[in-house]
Amino acid sequence: MRKRVVFLFCVSVFLSCIIGFIGCVRKPEKVTGITVWYWMTDRQDAFIELAEIYEKEKGIKINFELYAPSDAYTQKVMAAAQTNTLPDVYGILGEKRVFASFIKAGHVADLTEEMDAENGKWGGVFFSKALDVNRFLPDNQFGVKPGIYGVPIDVTNIQVLYNKALFRRAGLDPDRPPSTWKEFIEAGEMLRAAGIPVLVSGWGEIWLIDCFASNYAFNIMGEEKVIATIRGDVPYTDPDWIRVFTIFKQLSEKGLLAQGVVTMVNKIAEQIFANERAAFSFNGSWCVNVYKGMNPALEYGAMLPPKISEEHPMAIWGGAGSSFMVNAKSENRRDAMEFLKWLTDTKQQVFLAKSTQNLPSNKYSLTEIPPILAQFVDDMDRTTHPSILPVAEFPGVTEALDKGIQSIITGEKTPEQVAKEVQNVKEKEMKSQRLAR
Amino acid sequence: MVAKARVKTFFGNYLFVLPALGMFLTFSVYPFFKVFQLSVYQWDGVMPTMKFVAFSHFKDILFRNPIWWKSVWHGVYITLLALTFQNCLAFTLALLVDRGIKGRKIYRVIFYLPPILSGIVVGLIWNWIYNGDYGLLNYALKSLGLASIQRAWLAEPKTALTSVAIAHMWQGFGWGFIILLAGLQNIPRELYEAARVDGANTWQALRRITIPLMVPVFVLVSILTILGCMQIYALIVATTGGGPGYHTEVPVTRVISSMLGQSQFGYACAMGIVFGLLLLTVSMIQIRISRRIKQE
Repeated sequence: MRKRVVFLFCVSVFLSCIIGFIGCVRKPEKVTGITVWYWMTDRQDAFIELAEIYEKEKGIKINFELYAPSDAYTQKVMAAAQTNTLPDVYGILGEKRVFASFIKAGHVADLTEEMDAENGKWGGVFFSKALDVNRFLPDNQFGVKPGIYGVPIDVTNIQVLYNKALFRRAGLDPDRPPSTWKEFIEAGEMLRAAGIPVLVSGWGEIWLIDCFASNYAFNIMGEEKVIATIRGDVPYTDPDWIRVFTIFKQLSEKGLLAQGVVTMVNKIAEQIFANERAAFSFNGSWCVNVYKGMNPALEYGAMLPPKISEEHPMAIWGGAGSSFMVNAKSENRRDAMEFLKWLTDTKQQVFLAKSTQNLPSNKYSLTEIPPILAQFVDDMDRTTHPSILPVAEFPGVTEALDKGIQSIITGEKTPEQVAKEVQNVKEKEMKSQRLAR
Repeated sequence: MVAKARVKTFFGNYLFVLPALGMFLTFSVYPFFKVFQLSVYQWDGVMPTMKFVAFSHFKDILFRNPIWWKSVWHGVYITLLALTFQNCLAFTLALLVDRGIKGRKIYRVIFYLPPILSGIVVGLIWNWIYNGDYGLLNYALKSLGLASIQRAWLAEPKTALTSVAIAHMWQGFGWGFIILLAGLQNIPRELYEAARVDGANTWQALRRITIPLMVPVFVLVSILTILGCMQIYALIVATTGGGPGYHTEVPVTRVISSMLGQSQFGYACAMGIVFGLLLLTVSMIQIRISRRIKQE
């Protein structure tokens, strides 16, 4: 009896502690204005300045909150989604599959009506490819209601950069960079003969390998066949895919890749190129700002990846660099949309482009960008991205493909072996999907 | 009156424990059970709905996921190297410092420096050492006339894992050193003096006194080494990112990759449980073996 009383007493004290604790927790003060979560450290100063201007102009405070690096940001956004504590405006990093889950869970506002209002006044200012990244088409595989769910803040595309001074040193014409694969190999051999490492890229970050490989997949087999592969109608063991994998074998066997490229992060690759220790770099338009910081005197140009086939155009990864989404559950939804309209207006976009050296998403804001960025802009029409394709590959297959390519570069596996392994993963994933249905 | 005071003390004590207990239940026990719950569901970490899949994740991990087992083997490989080379080095250095060599306080500080560095910093240091173009190791090899074995140590399948393991041992041996040194300093000096009087030499004193008395400390250091090595993560991220291919993937990188890279929270939780059970089993076996050794 005594034990029971003691037990009951303990339980009641414990419960009252918990209740008291919960009661004592200070309710979060209602934040006035709009809260924006972002991860782009290079834009911190510019965003803060813009927030001050907006408050002066419209009387609404913008709380820009930086969470970096992007991995930590992703985790924070995921956790906030699980607890329904997302801010008014935020970005979703990751694949379209993840984006779709956020929409289906009711965390993202549909912006189609706003974009299309007044004959597409807002939507019409963006590069169409940038908007496509945030667009869900009718009958999309994720079951998301068709529409536009994000606002591109800037655009990007990934190309090959070449060092003009090193070109001259190797006896190459810096005004005529290689445009075909054959020319590229020849140029690479000349550079090598001059003791200059040829191509550097952060292929330790597997998405960059994926990007390079899919550029050539589009060039060799065309968009339709790439999509057919993702749908499961064409196997990865198809000769065209073997050709794609063979590119990496060729680069490796001819010694055209910088040492350690398969485990190199892009930041290191950027340092190597900026310090003139490699003649080519495969990198995105954000590199302009990075190289400017690392070596302002670097003399370089941008070119499309040299094409292998004349049958299909060379496509490059690109589209929206960073996008913001409006929280569908936010009380400040309307204000958030108005702020994003203002942020993507020409004046603000010119300011962002000038201060951060990123490509603006507003196509009417290209007046004050440096010539090298203009080269990137010229090729915006060639951009593609996994997010704008009507189907998405299984993440496991993408990983197997990228890791397989690393194995080809190290000489551990042949293109045929990798193709077979990737196809096996694909079949396993498709089987699991069928069973799940 | 006495009984009343005793009851008061009893409840008073419990009252003081309650906040800590509450924290423990909220931040340790609840997540622990939540992981078990999530492991039987298919969930992407965002959707409010989950799909019950029973034990299919476990079945897949145990029988259809060779990459997972490869990553476990990599963890085991790093652990085995650490258990032998790292701990032998730590014990040798602890013995030397315990003997009262000159400048032992400085050594103590120096040896303890690497463990207090973060894995990312250690990774950056060793990235520079192993770099194929301008790395310190290749420079040293060239200076010694061994240019033929120069390579990008972290980018080659044959050397990547061992290179990471060496960096990890460099970072980790300081822990073992400090614990082993504390253990050595707890052995009564009279035992050595008595042994010396009986004519025992250094080797005999080490074999008959030091090692038997250090068994509990060895067990502790071994368990900490196993847990530390199997959970290696930051160093891998800062050096190889799991590559080239899957050559330096370890269990934690696979869990993170499933959770964040592939949005498979349930699957990642199941991986975590399998991994936890593996570690628990190894630790229990080790404790049992050490008990037997101690009895003998």
